[in-house]
Amino acid sequence: MSLPRHCPETEMQAAELVRAASAARAPLAIEGGGTRRGFGRAGAVSAVVSTAALSGISRYAPGEMVMTARAGTPLAEIEAALDGQRQMLAFEPADHRPVMATTGTPTIGGVFAANVSGPRRLVAGAARDSLLGVRFINGAGEAIKAGGQVMKNVTGLDLVKLMAGSFGTLGLLTEVTFRLLPRPERAETLVLSGLDDAAASSSMAAAMALPVEVSGAAHLPESVRGRFLSGALPEGAATVLRLEGLAASVVLRADKLAAALSPRAPITRLGPEESAVLWREIRDIKPYADGTQKPLWRVSVAPMAGAPLLEALRMEAGVDAFFDWQGGLIFLRMEAEPEAELLRGLIRRFGGGHATLLRASAAARAVTPAFEPQPPALAALSARVKASLDPHGLFNPGRMT
Amino acid sequence: MSDAMRLEGEGPIAFLPPRPEILARRAAIIADLEAMLSPGGLVHAERALKPFETDAYVAYRRLPLAVVLPKDTAEVSAVLAYAHAQGIPVVPRGAGTSLSGGAIPQEDALVLGLSRMSRILEVDLENRTARVEAGVTNLSISERVGPDGFFYAPDPSSQLACTIGGNIGMNSGGAHCLKYGVTTNNLLGVTLVLVDGTVVTLGGPHLDAGGYDLLGLVCGGEGQLGVVTEAVVRLIARPEGARPVLFGFDSATEAGACVADIIAAGIIPVAIEFMDRPAIAICEAFAKAGYPLDVEALLIVEVEGAEAEMEAMLEAIVTIARRHRVKTVRESQSATEAALIWKGRKSAFGATGRVADYICMDGTVPLSQLSHVLRRTGEICESFGLQVANVFHAGDGNMHPLILFNANDPDEAAKAEAAGNEILKLCVEAGGCLTGEHGVGIEKRDLMRFQFSEADLAQQMAVRAAFDPQWLLNPSKVFPLEGRPLLRPAPERNAMAGTAVPETFA
Repeated sequence: MSLPRHCPETEMQAAELVRAASAARAPLAIEGGGTRRGFGRAGAVSAVVSTAALSGISRYAPGEMVMTARAGTPLAEIEAALDGQRQMLAFEPADHRPVMATTGTPTIGGVFAANVSGPRRLVAGAARDSLLGVRFINGAGEAIKAGGQVMKNVTGLDLVKLMAGSFGTLGLLTEVTFRLLPRPERAETLVLSGLDDAAASSSMAAAMALPVEVSGAAHLPESVRGRFLSGALPEGAATVLRLEGLAASVVLRADKLAAALSPRAPITRLGPEESAVLWREIRDIKPYADGTQKPLWRVSVAPMAGAPLLEALRMEAGVDAFFDWQGGLIFLRMEAEPEAELLRGLIRRFGGGHATLLRASAAARAVTPAFEPQPPALAALSARVKASLDPHGLFNPGRMT
Repeated sequence: MSDAMRLEGEGPIAFLPPRPEILARRAAIIADLEAMLSPGGLVHAERALKPFETDAYVAYRRLPLAVVLPKDTAEVSAVLAYAHAQGIPVVPRGAGTSLSGGAIPQEDALVLGLSRMSRILEVDLENRTARVEAGVTNLSISERVGPDGFFYAPDPSSQLACTIGGNIGMNSGGAHCLKYGVTTNNLLGVTLVLVDGTVVTLGGPHLDAGGYDLLGLVCGGEGQLGVVTEAVVRLIARPEGARPVLFGFDSATEAGACVADIIAAGIIPVAIEFMDRPAIAICEAFAKAGYPLDVEALLIVEVEGAEAEMEAMLEAIVTIARRHRVKTVRESQSATEAALIWKGRKSAFGATGRVADYICMDGTVPLSQLSHVLRRTGEICESFGLQVANVFHAGDGNMHPLILFNANDPDEAAKAEAAGNEILKLCVEAGGCLTGEHGVGIEKRDLMRFQFSEADLAQQMAVRAAFDPQWLLNPSKVFPLEGRPLLRPAPERNAMAGTAVPETFA
C-alpha cells in the first residue's frame, strides 16, 4: 500500500490533479480525515487525494447563522469557532472513530460527504438539510459551484443535496457553506425506565405528538443501558427524551411531558451535564465501540417499524441493538455474520427503509453490499446521474456498491 | 438559439419553437391519448384549453396541444411512455399558481395536470407522516391532521390552492420556514414517473433515502426530472399557541439591524416579516389592520409555544427592538388582534394588485446585506421612474420587491422588467441568489448566467439530461435556450430502464 498521495492546497491544484487523472483514466480515492474509511468498499485506485490541506474557515457570519469552510477543515476547529458564538451544527454529526476503530481528524467535508447526522436529525434535519452550498471538482476536472450562502435558494437544480451523502463518488468537495443554529440555553432529559421495545416506541410517538418540542427520542434496551453514562442510568431499559431551549421554557415543557407520560413508566430527569454526555454517547454509538469487528448495521425505517423488525430479526439471528430517532434508527450489532439478506428482507417486510453496514471484518465486507441495493430502474438512474458528474468513474470507484 | 419563439405583444422571453411535425399529428395524438385515459382525462377543445395557457405569471401564454388529467400513477406512466416514444414535450402542472411561469405550456406540448389525483391516501400519526397524491392542496393536509394536533409546515401564500406536486417541483417555502424549513426539509419520499414511463420510489416513511439523494434533486427540479404522483410528507405537532408582535421603525436600516440581533441572540421566531413604507400604506388602505403610517419600516415577528414560553421570547425580542429605537410596539392581546396584525401582511399581494400592476421579485440576500439591497432597490426603481413596495421574509433574507407599473403601457412594462433584472443582479452580487422560493421557470431563465458560470450550468444540464436525455419535460424552462447541449436522438422505447449499469452500481 504505497499509493501516491496528493494534498492539493488550492481549488485550482485540485482541479489540475483531477484533469490529469481524467486524461489518464486513473481512478482516485477521495479522502477527508479518513475516519470513515470503513464505510463501503475500497475499489482499486491509482492515487489518493486528501482534502487535508484545503483547510480553514473562509467566512463566518454569526448574525446570519452561516459559515463557509474549506472541505478539509477539521470539525473540531469549526466546533471551537461555533462555541465562541454559542452556535452549533443542528444535525449533531457523530464521531465514528471509536466505533470504527479509526484514527485521524474528522473534517467538515467528510461530515457532509457522508451525510453524518445524529439524534437531533429527527427534528432538525440531516446534514444535507443544513448544507447551503458547495464547491467541488467534477470528473472532468472543472470547478463547479452549486447552491449558495443563503437559507432560501431554489435557483437551478439542487446539486447540493446530491453531493451530500455521495461519499466522494460524484466529485471532490473543496468548500462547503452551511447553516447554523443557536446553541440551546438548556437541555434536560427525561428517562422512562423499564419499557419493552414496543411500549417504548408508543411512548416516544406519544411524546412526539405533544407540543413540547422533543429534540431527541431514543430507546436503550437493558442490554446496552449500563454502557451509557458509566452505568448511571436507572435499572431497566431506558427510553430517553430530550428537551432543549430557553431555560424557563425547558423546565415547563419537561413538567408537561413528565405529567403526560407518567402513567406509562417511572420517570427520572437528567440535568444539562448528564444530558449532554448521554446524547453524545448515543450519537457516537458508544455501546458498540467495543474494539471488535462484529458486524454493525445502521438501519433506517419508519419509527413504529423499528421494534417489530428487531423482534423478527431476533428470531433468526444473534443481535444486540438500540434505537434512536423515535425508534426508526436502529444500530444492530450482529453476533456472527452480517445476515444482510435476512435483514434487508425484513426491512422490506416492515414497510421499507435502508441498512448500511458500518463495520465488519474484511472478509464479510468483501461479500456484503454495504449500502442498500436499489431496484434496477433506480440503480440505472443513479448510475446515469453518477456518469453525468463523473463520466469516467474516477471518484472512489465501488465505494457505494 | 436563434430560432427561439417570441409572440407579438409579449416581453422578451422566448419559448422553444413548436415542432411542426408534432403539430401536424395533433389529431392522431389526441385519438391515441383518448384511448389510454379514463373518461374525463383529456381536454382538447380550444375553449377548454384556455385555462391552461398560463399560470400566475400571466405575462406569457401559450395554448398547449392538449391537456391530460390522469387519475392515477399508471395513467401518468402510460402518458409519459407514449409522449416519450413520440417525442412530445410534457409540461407538468399542479394548480397553476407558479409566479415564475413554471407551468406555462408551449404549442407542441401536453400539459399533464394532477388535479384528479387529489386524495390523502394515508395519515399515520404515530409515524408522523401523510401519504398523499400529488394533486392534493397544501392546506388540505394541515386541515386533515389539525384536529389531531398536527400540521404540515411549509405554507406558501397560495396554500389554499397550490398542490403538493407543485410545491415539490418548486421546493416551495412560506412565511414560517425560518423555523421549520422549506418543502425539501419536510418531504420524506415520492413516487416519481420518469420520462419514459418507468415508475420509481425515492425515500419513504423512513428518514434519509438510501443511495444518492435523488429526492433532494427532484424537489425543486421544476418538473424537469420526472412527474411526482405521490408524496410522503412529515407532520409536526402543532404548537400550543402562536403570537405576533408588530414593530414600527423610523428607518429600514434599524429594522434590518433588529432582525440580525434577534437571530444573533439565539432566538428563532417562526416568522419575521418586513414591510417598507409604500407597502405599509398599500396594505393598510386595503386591510385596515391598524398599521402605523408614520414609520419607514414595519416588522411582524411571530413566536410560538406555550403561553409562558411566548411571554419569555417576546420580552427578549421587545428588549432588542427597543435597543434599535423602535417607534411603535403592538403586542397582540387576543387571537383577533393577532389575526389583524397578519391580515395586512397576508393581503399584501392582493392589495398591491388593486393599486397597480406589479411584478414580484424573489431574490434572497445574506442578512447583513438587507439594508444595502433595500436602498439600492429603491434607487434602481427610481432610476426607471417606477415605484416599488417591499414585503418580505426578513428572517431568511428572501426579498419580495413589488415593482409597480401600468401593464397597458408597453414602455413602462419593459422598464419594470428591466428594473427587476437589475434588482436580481444586485441580489446575486450581494452574495445571494435569483430566487428564494418562486423558482426559475421562464421568468428568470435568461438570468441564470448572473449566478452561474458556464461550467456550473453545463453540469446542472448534464444531471438534468441523466433524467431526460431528449429534454421533453418542461423544456423551455430553467436553463437559457442558448448553450444547451445537443439533444440525443430518441432512444428505443423503454431502453432507458435497461441502460447498462456501470460497475459501481451493478
